[in-house]
Amino acid sequence: MSYEMIGITVLWIFLYGYLIVASVDFGAGFYAYYAKITKKDHVMNQLISRYLSPVWEVTNVFFVFFFVGVVGFFPDTAHYYGTALLVPGSIAIILLAIRGSFYAFENYGSKKSNVYMFLYGATGLLIPASLSMALTLSEGGFIVEENGVVSLKYFKLFTNPYSWSVVFLAIVSVLFISATFLTFYAARANDRPALTLVRKYALFWSVPTIIASLTAFIALSQHNQRHYEAMLDLWWMFGLSVGFFLIAMALLYQGKHYGLAFISVMFQFFFAFFGYGAGHLPYILDPYITITEGATHQSMGFALIVAFIAGLCLLIPSLILLMRLFLFDADYVKGKR
Amino acid sequence: MMNVDPVLMSRLITTMTLGFHIIFATLGVGIPLMISIAEFIGVKKKDPHYRMLARRWARGFVITVAVGVVTGTAIGLQLSLVWPEFMQVAGNVISLPLFMEVFAFFFEAIFLGMYLYTWDRFKKPFTHWLLSLPVVIGGGLSAIFITTVNAFMNTPEGFTMANGAFAAVNPITAMFNPATPSKVFHVLTSAYVTCAAILAAISAFMMLRKKASDYHKKALKLTVTVTFIFASLTAIAGDLSAKFLAEHQSEKLAAAEWHFETEKGADLIMFGWLDEQNEPRYEFRFPKLLSFLAHSDFNSEVTGLEEFPEEVRPPLWIHYMFDLMTAIGIFLLAVSMLYLILSKVKKWNEHNKGLLILIFLSGPLAFLAIEFGWILAEEGRQPWIIRGYMTVEEAATSSPYIGLMFWLFLGLYIVLGTLCTVTLRKMFRSNPAEEELEKLYPTIEKGDDS
Ligand code: HDD
Ligand code: HEM
Ligand code: HEM
Repeated sequence: MSYEMIGITVLWIFLYGYLIVASVDFGAGFYAYYAKITKKDHVMNQLISRYLSPVWEVTNVFFVFFFVGVVGFFPDTAHYYGTALLVPGSIAIILLAIRGSFYAFENYGSKKSNVYMFLYGATGLLIPASLSMALTLSEGGFIVEENGVVSLKYFKLFTNPYSWSVVFLAIVSVLFISATFLTFYAARANDRPALTLVRKYALFWSVPTIIASLTAFIALSQHNQRHYEAMLDLWWMFGLSVGFFLIAMALLYQGKHYGLAFISVMFQFFFAFFGYGAGHLPYILDPYITITEGATHQSMGFALIVAFIAGLCLLIPSLILLMRLFLFDADYVKGKR
Repeated sequence: MMNVDPVLMSRLITTMTLGFHIIFATLGVGIPLMISIAEFIGVKKKDPHYRMLARRWARGFVITVAVGVVTGTAIGLQLSLVWPEFMQVAGNVISLPLFMEVFAFFFEAIFLGMYLYTWDRFKKPFTHWLLSLPVVIGGGLSAIFITTVNAFMNTPEGFTMANGAFAAVNPITAMFNPATPSKVFHVLTSAYVTCAAILAAISAFMMLRKKASDYHKKALKLTVTVTFIFASLTAIAGDLSAKFLAEHQSEKLAAAEWHFETEKGADLIMFGWLDEQNEPRYEFRFPKLLSFLAHSDFNSEVTGLEEFPEEVRPPLWIHYMFDLMTAIGIFLLAVSMLYLILSKVKKWNEHNKGLLILIFLSGPLAFLAIEFGWILAEEGRQPWIIRGYMTVEEAATSSPYIGLMFWLFLGLYIVLGTLCTVTLRKMFRSNPAEEELEKLYPTIEKGDDS
C-alpha cells in the first residue's frame, strides 16, 4: 500500500472512531436533557454521568486527531477547506467549546443549571449536523476556486437536497448509536428502569436510521454520479451493513445480549462508513484534491506513519486500562465505587 | 466591519485565541506536576494535609482543563481556517510535531480520566500516585511538541526551496532546529514556575483572609519552594534564550534591547522611551550587561538593528515586553528566596503580612510574564510568519468574514472566562479545606495554629 493510502485509511479509522464515541456522547447529552423535561431524569442521568465523566475529553481528542492528521497528510486541504470553512468551522468550534466547557461547569461545579443542560442537549444535535456538512462539501460543487480565490456557495449548499439528507442521517444515527450503547451500559449496571427506557429509544430510532440512509443514498445519486456508482460497485459492504443492522434489531427486540447488539451496530456503521469512504476515493475534495496529488512529501508521510505506530503502542494499552476501569468494571458501572 | 483588513483581523483573532489558550495551557502543563508532588509527599509522609492539597488542586484542575481543551481545539482548527496558506506550505514540514502532540493529549486525557475518578479505588495509595505521572509527562510533551513548531517558525530548517515550494523535507531536522533547545527549556520552566506561583498566591490569599491553618502553611511552604527552584531555572533558560537570539535571530534581540548600532561592550537598557532621534531617554542603563547576556562576555560584539533592512525590523515596542518579563522573573526569584530565608531563621516570621502580599502578587504577575514573553517572541518575529520564507501577510486567509469571526470568538472567550472563574470560586467557597479535611480524615486534629 502506498503511504498516502495508509494515511487516508488511518484517518478514516479515526474518524470512524470519533463517529462512534462522539455519537454516544452527543446522543447522551440529548437524552439527558429530554429525560429532564419529561421528568425522567432520576432514571437516567446517574447512568449517563457515570460513563461520560471520565471519558469526554478522550472523545474530543479523536476529533483533534482527525483534523490535525488530515492537514498533516494532505496539506492542500488547508488551502481549500480552510478558506471555505472559516464560517461553518468557527461555528462548529464554538458549539464544541460550549459543549465541552459547560459539561465541566455543570458536572464538577456545584450548581445544576437548566440552561447548561439545555445547551448540552441542543449542541449534542447541532454539532453532528454541522460537522456532517464537511462530508457534504467533499462531494464537490459547493467549494469552488475562481481566479485563485476559494469560496463556499452557501445558497447552493442550503438549498440542496443531498446536504439536508446528510444532516438528517447524522442526527438520527447519533440518537440510534447512543441509545444502543446506553442500553448495553444500563444492562451492565443492572439498572432495570433505565434499561426499559433507553431500549425503547433504541428501537424507536432504528427505523428512521434506515430511512435516512436510503434517502442519503438516493440524493447522492442526483448529486455525484461517480461516487454513487463507485458505491454500487461496493454493494456487498452495504449489504453487510444492513445485515448487522438486522442482527442488532433482533437482539434489541428480544431483549438479550445487548453487548452484542451494540457491537453489531458498530459493524453496521463500520461497513457503511468504509463503503462510503472507499467509493469517495481518490478524491478528498472533488475535483480539487486527490489523495495522490494532495499528499505531503514522502519523508513526512513516512515520519507520520512511524509516529502513528509508536503512538498506538502507547495508546492501546492505556485505552484498555481505561475501559477496564470504567466500562467493564461491574462495580464501577453499578455505582458502587 | 466587513471591509477591515483581513490580515489585521487574522492577526487579532490569533493573538486573542492564543493569548487566552496559553493561560489554560500553562496550567495544563504545570498543575499536574504540583498535584503529583503534593500527593507523593502525602503518601510518603502519610500526611493527609498534602493528600488533601492534591485532591483540591485536582478538582479545580478539571475545570481549567476543560477550558484548555476547548480553546486548544479552537486554535488547532483556526490554524487551518485563519492561516490556510501557511498550513498548506508549512504543513509539509511541521505536521510531525503537531501530530505527535495529539498523541500526547490522548495519553494525558486518558490518564487524567483515570486519575480523577480513582482516588479511593486502589488498595495502595501509591498506585494512584503512579497514575499522575503520565499526566505530568503528557502535559510536558504537548508543550515540547508545540514549542518545536513555534521554534521552526523562528528558525526554519529541514527543507530546501524548489520553485517556491518546500522540497527535500526532513521532519526531524525541522523539529530540532536551532531555536528548539532554549525555547523548550524556557517554556517548560516558565510553565512550572507560573503554576507554583499561582498556587502559592492562593494559599497566601487564604492566609491573609483567615487565621493561618496548618493546611495552608504547608501548602505555602511547598509551593513557594517549588517557585524558587523553577524561578532560578527560568532565569537560566531566559538567559540561554537571549544567547540563542544573539546568534540566530539577532534582529529580535536588537529590537527588544533598542540596540541600534553594532558595538562591543554593549549596555543593557531597561524601560525608558525613545526620542525623535531614536535615542533612549530616562532609561536604566547597565554597562556592558547586554554583551554578557548575548555572549557571556562583557566585551563581546552585539549586532545592532542597523544591519537589517527597514522592512524586516520587528516593532520597537517589544522592548517593554522584554523588560516587564525580566522584571517579573527577578521579582519571582527575589520573593521566593526571601520567604525561604525567613523560614530558615527561627525568630523571623515568614508569614508576615507584607511578604504574604508579595507572594499573592507573584501569581498574577507570573501569568503576565507568560503573556509578555509570548508577545515578545511572536511580535519579534514580524513581519515573518516563517522567518525568511513567508510573511504574515501572505499566510492569512482571504475570507472577508474574518472580522465577524473575531467578534464571535471574543464573545465566546468572555463567556468561558467568566463562567470558569465563577465555577472555581463557588467550588472552593462552598467547601472550605478545613471542613473537607475533617470529613475525609476524621482522625486528624483540626488545623489550628501550632
Ligand atoms: C513566567 C514566565 C517567564 C519569566 C519569569 C521569564 N520568561 Fe522569558 N519567556 C517566557 C516566559 C518567562 C515564555 C512565555 O515562555 C517565552 C515566550 C516564547 C518563548 O519561547 O518563551 C519567553 C521568551 C523569552 C525570550 C525570547 C525567546 C525567543 O523569542 O526565541 C527571551 C530572550 C527571554 N524570554 C528571556 C528571559 C529572561 C532573560 C528572563 C529573566 C528572568 C525571563 N525571560 C523571564
Ligand atoms: C499554535 C499553538 C497551539 C495549538 C495549535 C494547540 C492545540 C491544542 C489543542 C488542539 C488542544 C486540545 C487537545 C485535546 O483535545 O485534548 C490543546 C490543549 C492543550 N494545549 Fe495547546 N496548542 C497550542 C499552544 C500550546 C502551548 C504553547 C502549550 C504549552 C506551553 C500548550 C499546551 C496545551 C496543553 C497542556 C493542553 C491540554 C489542556 C489541558 O490539559 O489543560 N498548547 N492545545
Ligand atoms: C503553528 C504555530 C503557530 C502559528 C501559526 C502562529 C501564528 C501567529 C501569528 C500569525 C500571530 C500574529 C502575530 C502578529 O501579527 O502580531 C501570532 C501571535 C501570537 N502567537 Fe503565535 N503562532 C504559532 C505558535 C504559537 C505558540 C506555540 C504560541 C504559544 C502560546 C503562540 C503565541 C502567540 C501569541 C501570544 C501571539 C500574540 C502576539 C501579538 O501580540 O502579536 N504562537 N501567532
